[in-house]
Amino acid sequence: MLLISCPNCGPRDETEFHYGGQAHVPYPENPAELTDREWAEYLFYRDNTKGIFAERWLHSTGCRQWFNMLRDTVTYDIQAVYPMGQLRPATGSTAPTVTTPASPEGAIK
Amino acid sequence: MSTDHLPEHPDFLWRNPEPKSSYDAVIVGGGGHGLATAYYLAKNHGMTNIAILEKGWLAGGNMARNTTIIRSNYLWDESAAIYEHALKLWEILPEELEYDFLFSQRGVMNLAHTLGDVRESMRRVGANKLNGVDAEWLDPKQVKELCPILNINDNIRYPVMGATYQPRAGIAKHDHVAWAFARKCDELGVDIIQNCEVTGFLKDGNRVVGVKTNRGTIHTEKVGLCAAGHSTVLAEMAGFRLPVQSHPLQALVSELHEPVHPTVVMSNHVHVYVSQAHKGELVMGAGVDSYNGYGQRGSFHVIEHQMAAAVELFPIFARAHVLRTWGGIVDTTMDASPIVGTTPVENMFVNCGWGTGGFKGTPAAGLTFAHTIATGAPHQLNKPFALERFETGALIDEHGAAAVAH
Repeated sequence: MLLISCPNCGPRDETEFHYGGQAHVPYPENPAELTDREWAEYLFYRDNTKGIFAERWLHSTGCRQWFNMLRDTVTYDIQAVYPMGQLRPATGSTAPTVTTPASPEGAIK
Repeated sequence: MSTDHLPEHPDFLWRNPEPKSSYDAVIVGGGGHGLATAYYLAKNHGMTNIAILEKGWLAGGNMARNTTIIRSNYLWDESAAIYEHALKLWEILPEELEYDFLFSQRGVMNLAHTLGDVRESMRRVGANKLNGVDAEWLDPKQVKELCPILNINDNIRYPVMGATYQPRAGIAKHDHVAWAFARKCDELGVDIIQNCEVTGFLKDGNRVVGVKTNRGTIHTEKVGLCAAGHSTVLAEMAGFRLPVQSHPLQALVSELHEPVHPTVVMSNHVHVYVSQAHKGELVMGAGVDSYNGYGQRGSFHVIEHQMAAAVELFPIFARAHVLRTWGGIVDTTMDASPIVGTTPVENMFVNCGWGTGGFKGTPAAGLTFAHTIATGAPHQLNKPFALERFETGALIDEHGAAAVAH
């Protein structure tokens, strides 16, 4: 069981959350111009990093807000929690860092 | 301590050769699929100057970690064809490999707990029959007759409203399957090289010409990837992407019990599947952990959920104990179907994406993948399972259709 520090609610059990897969995958800017290959990339291809992975989580039974997290996919160590819309933080420190949540406008991307 | 009275070590089933500097083909991954691929390359295509490279020990990944269920009652034509072919191979392999790996056709039951389940199940039975797959619909009374320890009372949260049943399905002893293939591969001249981790690929333009390993460089004309959860890691080394996500999948066993469970019971809805191994352990699996993971372990709440489901369905299990739990890394795709075919890199082939159900597919994966590697083109059975389907949209969507607890 992962112990996840929700940026709004604090540390809670993994069972309160839903997983959202890879973070920072933007919707295509010009969907009408995409080739089949590019659509396949957007719909079906995601990074499957072995190591530090930026991923989305939803605190579904808490504040119901999405946020991003850096987690090691081998050790499952959580290295950073940061708001939607914020760039991926640099890693290096093993201590989890919780950054200030973004404004509500910036919360859903 | 004296060792005077210990018996001689039995003969080894395969050699442990040093890697040669070149092979006609190299298979990456010494699990069930890699072994089966090498076996059919040697047997059906006469390619015996080949090697299997295994980074750990032979069949120590998902081949050692699955719940050994074999069945072919998939919904879609493409899946039914390849899994039914696998089942027919399972039926002849003990004799062909001259190894009794305890293939037991004790049947597999897929329970229905809701009206939606019942409709889906009946539809699947119909589809299976049209595809020549043995399938029956059982009402709760027939379910109870076949598996008396199942609770069919209608006062539980998800009562048993019936089940599909495939009599020819069953279980096999997974380790013995691997050893049977390994012994035959070795006899046919295949080099099985353990503790040999691939660290990169040699390419001439877009063509693969060799494999870099922790035991030196190996030149080869063809490379077949059979690395399950690590497929994307290898693909990245070779310079292409795969639409695969690796997740932990857990299983567990109880202590040994007298035979109480005569068949295999799977429930998609309450998320548990149970059989009793030949030795007597109750073997149980569940769904994957939600997050991506390479740790070969998952979260405990998944096990808790699966145990709760098992005890509700089988009240007799309430006094059993969990003896061991473990996890493997499964390679899941968006349509819950495997990828077997060519890759964007010339002479490199991939067999992956079998997700939570790769064990049952072992012989057909090996047969079709060997055909693909040897001839450069897919076998009729794995043609629909090409990587290109994610671009063409010709997906084989077995999610929720395949009677499987994904």
